[in-house]
Amino acid sequence: MAERILIVGAGQAGAQAVATLRAEGFAGALVLVGDEPYAPYQRPPLSKAYLQGTFERERLFLKPDAFYAEARCALITDVAATMIDRAKKSVALADGRALSYDKLLLATGARVRKIAVAGADLSGIFYLRGISDVDAMRAHFVPGAKLAVVGGGYIGLEVAAVARKAGLDVTVFEALDRVMARAVSPVVSAFYESVHREAGVKFEMKTGVEAFEGSGKLEVVRAGGKSWPADIALVGIGVLPNIELAKAAGLACDDGIVVDRHCATSDPAIFAAGDCTRHHGRDGNLIRLECVQNAIDQAKHAALAMVGRPIPYGEVPWFWSDQYDLKLQIAGLARPGDQIVVRSAPATRKFAVFHLREGRVAAVEAVNAAPEYIVGRKLIADGQRVAPERLADQAIPMKNIA
Amino acid sequence: MPKIKYVEHNGKEHEAEVPVGWSVMEGAVKNLIPGIDADCGGACACATCHVYVDAAWLAKMPPKQDMEDTMLDFAQELEPNSRLSCQLKVTPEFEGLVVRMPKSQH
Repeated sequence: MAERILIVGAGQAGAQAVATLRAEGFAGALVLVGDEPYAPYQRPPLSKAYLQGTFERERLFLKPDAFYAEARCALITDVAATMIDRAKKSVALADGRALSYDKLLLATGARVRKIAVAGADLSGIFYLRGISDVDAMRAHFVPGAKLAVVGGGYIGLEVAAVARKAGLDVTVFEALDRVMARAVSPVVSAFYESVHREAGVKFEMKTGVEAFEGSGKLEVVRAGGKSWPADIALVGIGVLPNIELAKAAGLACDDGIVVDRHCATSDPAIFAAGDCTRHHGRDGNLIRLECVQNAIDQAKHAALAMVGRPIPYGEVPWFWSDQYDLKLQIAGLARPGDQIVVRSAPATRKFAVFHLREGRVAAVEAVNAAPEYIVGRKLIADGQRVAPERLADQAIPMKNIA
Repeated sequence: MPKIKYVEHNGKEHEAEVPVGWSVMEGAVKNLIPGIDADCGGACACATCHVYVDAAWLAKMPPKQDMEDTMLDFAQELEPNSRLSCQLKVTPEFEGLVVRMPKSQH
C-alpha cells in the first residue's frame, strides 16, 4: 500500500511541507489538516498591510486552491486534531474522524499568550494571530479612537504604526525598560522608540497592565497604578507553542516539541516543523524560533527526512519587521556579551548593528540597510573572522568587507 | 487584467492574467508558475523572486527603490534587466509583459 503522510497544522510550515514532499517525488497519500477556516496563509502581512486595509484577504493565501488539487493533497480546514494514537499511527479529529498515517508532521504553530488580569474578557480587547483577529479589530480603527497597545514587541509596534497612520490615539504599555527587548539590541530599541514617539505614539515603559475596566466593553486600562481611558486594546505579549497534542502522546517536549537536526521528534515516525518546535541551534543551544524562515526551512528538512533523503538543518535564522518607512531585517541570534559594532548612525535612519562573538559575526540587525543585512547573513553562515573596525568603516563597501 | 508571460529558465512559457495592484511575483505564485520562490511573501526581504524583464518593457517598470537595488546587488546571475518581481506592481501598462527566470533563486 502507498505510504501515507499526514500533516497537522495548515500554516506556513504545513504548506511548505506539501510543496517539498511532492517536489521531492513523494508519491503516496498526503493530507493536510488545519483548525482555521482557511487554507494556509501568510501571517506577516496581518499586522501590517492587511490591518491597514491595503492588502486584500485573497492575497494572503500562500498557494491557490489549485495547488492542493494538483499536489493531490487533501486539505481539511476548520477541524482541530485532538489526539495522536502512536500505537495505531492514527490522529483523531474534533469532528470524530480518525486519520491514519505512516509518517506524521506536526506543524501546529503557536498561539497568543493571553493576559491574565481582571477584565481581560471585556469586548474591545484584541489579540493578533489570525485573519479573524484582524477582521474583528479593523472596524475599530477609526480616527481619534484610543488604542492601548499592551506589549512593545514586534506585533505591538507594527500595530501602533498602522494605527497612527489611521489617526488613532496610541499608547504603548511595556513592562520592560525598552521596546522589542526580546528581539533586538538596545541601540535598535532606542531608535524604534524614538521613531514611534516622533509619529505621536505615547509610551509607558516599565509599566505592566494591572486590569481592564468597563461595563461590558473596555473603557479603562489600569496600569502603573493609574487609569488610562481606552476604546480598544491590542495585547501582544508573545506566543506559546502548540505542544499539547505532542505532549499528550508522550513525545519529548521542552517549551516546544523537541526535534533533532532532521526535524524528527522522539518518535521516528513523527516529525515537527515551525513555531511549535524546539531544536539545537547553530551554536548548540536549544532554541525555539518564531519566524517564517524557520517554518519554511524546517518544513523542507522534515520533508527531505520523510522521503529518506535527510539533510541536517543549519540555516541562519532571519526575521523582518515593517514599521512606517523602516524595514528592519535581522539575521542570526544575538546573545548578551556579544561585541557590538554599529555601522552608520541611527539618526540617518539607515544603519546596522553587528554582533560579534569570538571575532565572528553572530547576528546583524539592519535598518533600511540591505547590503549590511545580506552580507551579514553570509558572514554568519560562513563563520569567517572579520575585523570589527572594518565593519564600522562605511568607507569600505559591504561587498568588500570579507 | 493585464496578461503576463513568465518564461522558466528551461524555456517553458506560462501566461497569466494578473490583477492591477498585485505584484508580478504574486501573479506567478497564485498561478502555480514555478521558478519564483518568494519565501518572504513579497516583503522585499529575501531576494528569491528575481526575474529578467524583457527589454521592450524595462522603461514601463516602476523605478527601483534603494532596497530592491541593494538586494539585487547580491543576487546570483545579475543582469542589467534584473528585478525583484515582488516590487513590480502591475498597472494596465503591463499588458503583454514578458519576464524570464534565472536558473536558481538561491
